[in-house]
Amino acid sequence: MFRYSNLTVAQKQVVWAWGFLALPILFYVVIRFYPTFGAMVLSFQDWNLLGDKSWTGFDNYAKLFADPVFWKVFGNTFLYLGIGTPVSLVISFFIAYHLDKVRFMHGFLRALYFLPFLTSAVAMAWVWRWFYQPVPIGLFNNFLASAGIPQFPFLNSTTWALPSILAPAVWAGLGFQIIIFMAGLRAIPQSYYEAARIDGVSNWTILWEITLPLLKPTLVFLVVFSSIGFLRIFDHVFNMTTNNPGGPLNSTKPLVLMIYDTAFNSFDMGYAAAQTVVLFLVLLTVSLVQLRIMRDR
Amino acid sequence: MSNLKNLALSATVSATALMAAGSASAVEIEYWQYFFEARVTAMEQLIENFEAANPDITVKMTHFPYADYRTKVAAAVPAGEGPDVVQLFYGWLNDYMDAELIQPLPTDVFPPARIEAEFFPMVGAMERDGAYMALPTAVRSLALFYNERLFEEAGIDGPPETLDELVETAKALTKRDGAGNVTQVGLTTGMTGQDHHWFREVLTRQHGSTPYTDDYQTVTYNDEGGLAALNFYTGLQSEHGVTVTGFMDEAQAAFKAGRAGMHIDGSFRIGALNNTRGLKWGVAELPAGPTGIRSNYSSYWVNAITTKAEGERYEAAVKFMDYITSDEAMQIWLDTVGELPAKPSVGMTEANANDPVFGPFIRGLEYAHTTIFADESAQRGALVDMVQRIELEGQDPAESLATAAAADQAILDAYYNR
Repeated sequence: MFRYSNLTVAQKQVVWAWGFLALPILFYVVIRFYPTFGAMVLSFQDWNLLGDKSWTGFDNYAKLFADPVFWKVFGNTFLYLGIGTPVSLVISFFIAYHLDKVRFMHGFLRALYFLPFLTSAVAMAWVWRWFYQPVPIGLFNNFLASAGIPQFPFLNSTTWALPSILAPAVWAGLGFQIIIFMAGLRAIPQSYYEAARIDGVSNWTILWEITLPLLKPTLVFLVVFSSIGFLRIFDHVFNMTTNNPGGPLNSTKPLVLMIYDTAFNSFDMGYAAAQTVVLFLVLLTVSLVQLRIMRDR
Repeated sequence: MSNLKNLALSATVSATALMAAGSASAVEIEYWQYFFEARVTAMEQLIENFEAANPDITVKMTHFPYADYRTKVAAAVPAGEGPDVVQLFYGWLNDYMDAELIQPLPTDVFPPARIEAEFFPMVGAMERDGAYMALPTAVRSLALFYNERLFEEAGIDGPPETLDELVETAKALTKRDGAGNVTQVGLTTGMTGQDHHWFREVLTRQHGSTPYTDDYQTVTYNDEGGLAALNFYTGLQSEHGVTVTGFMDEAQAAFKAGRAGMHIDGSFRIGALNNTRGLKWGVAELPAGPTGIRSNYSSYWVNAITTKAEGERYEAAVKFMDYITSDEAMQIWLDTVGELPAKPSVGMTEANANDPVFGPFIRGLEYAHTTIFADESAQRGALVDMVQRIELEGQDPAESLATAAAADQAILDAYYNR
């Protein structure tokens, strides 16, 4: 018979460890894994939230792959990723690299860069949405009009709407990336730089041969982190295009918005679940590929 | 000391009396609607009146924010956790009927022949297999809001009566800056607002087409009349230059700010405009078409009895339904919420039909149509895209109309053929 008092100290430690671990495990199983599994099962069913679920095999996936909107949305999602991640990393590294050398009002400047990260994405998206409006209310277009330049169709163009939405999203994430980059820069031992300077190496070489290679762990983290962020972009797009979510003509619609629309406007839960599974696989693949490419050889 | 004793005694007595009363009024039914202050106030008053007339029934009202309402109801009702009487948007009803979550109204209390005679015609959409599934307390329709100050400034006597007059009036109201940018529109447009209803149920009919077959399962606007309607609509911007799609982001915001001369919107907008300082506005019926045809779009929230209500609770729910669809309830709803009565006997009274604000909406109900949507937001999307393909990509209107009709039909097919 099991008696706690009969256990050895090592066994007791194991019991306690599992006792404490049980809570997060239970949490993860109930809150994460069970719904994830449920979504995967649901993707093979037809359900409108009200009636009974019925099995449909691969119908939802067949419908998805035959849907031109899905491919458009799939392309958009990778545009957000393909433009957003490199642009935001280059800008944030540039700022972090120079901010690191600034002594004057260093803390204040850093706070300024970090501020957008603290701002609610919804509020920010609405302010930018108004910036982008045509005259008479849009800030940018009012400025252009007063300078005698024709208006620019920021959000009202199938070409420019996506970059217009991406700009504030990149800006919002900068603060966080700058802080992480600066932490990475500070972690590089000064002695390497001193040695390089004694050898009379140019700044450019120092950047390429010392700073960047030693920043690799930081880079890997930021690339993966911001990639996942851009693949899951939703609030900025949704709030800047609430009148016609993902418009004009689906040119800004990311996968997450399509999932939301299918689930909570069309109430086609099975189809939405199939889209979610696809998003999950995309996120998994992208993260694994990035980790593989960027890990130390 | 004896005072205290008395107090305790009387407290006990009254508590016992309360409990006795509580056990006598054994039936409590639950009512759900979404939160909108005036709607809640009106319903509280209706419940009070109802409970006074039926002391053995109590009604408990629960409300949720509008954004969560549809999902909450859809999650709670199938689980048997929901209300006995529930308020639903008419467009959701098909799904609830198919899933057998609501019960038909008993034909002895709600005989279909009487309902057909008493209610405005579009309520007929709520009938299935000889019984009504749900009934509205109030309905909504569209009308033309106009800015009286801007009308005066432009020297216009009154609101336009026909589509031609609409264009002329709008021209007089449009203002541009030196570079030719529109700074004040004559008429707001945007399929993302109420215009998709205006196009579907009003403009197509006025140009000799129909939006759908009578069962609303087949698209019929892809014809000459539909194209004429579309050309009229896009012509407002491209030909006459009296509007800009999405001007000031939202049509109603432009109207509220006094930057739009005219604006087509639903009766639910009245409340928001009433509280706008410095805005003097009027309402007119939607302009008649080239051949004099008038049409309108009407939508409504209905009350239905869920399958959760059984036995005594069902009886109580029927009584409650009977009261909230009565003439008295409709007048209270109109006075409190500003939503239109669902019966001509209330709506077409001298006072209501000639009311300067409610009148045009109520008169519109007589010739209004109610679109039976399979998926309103997706079907709206088809029309939004139709106009954007023309405006942003320069597509030929006939081609864009055909594409929109095909997309709309695909949504209907997916819904009805499953």
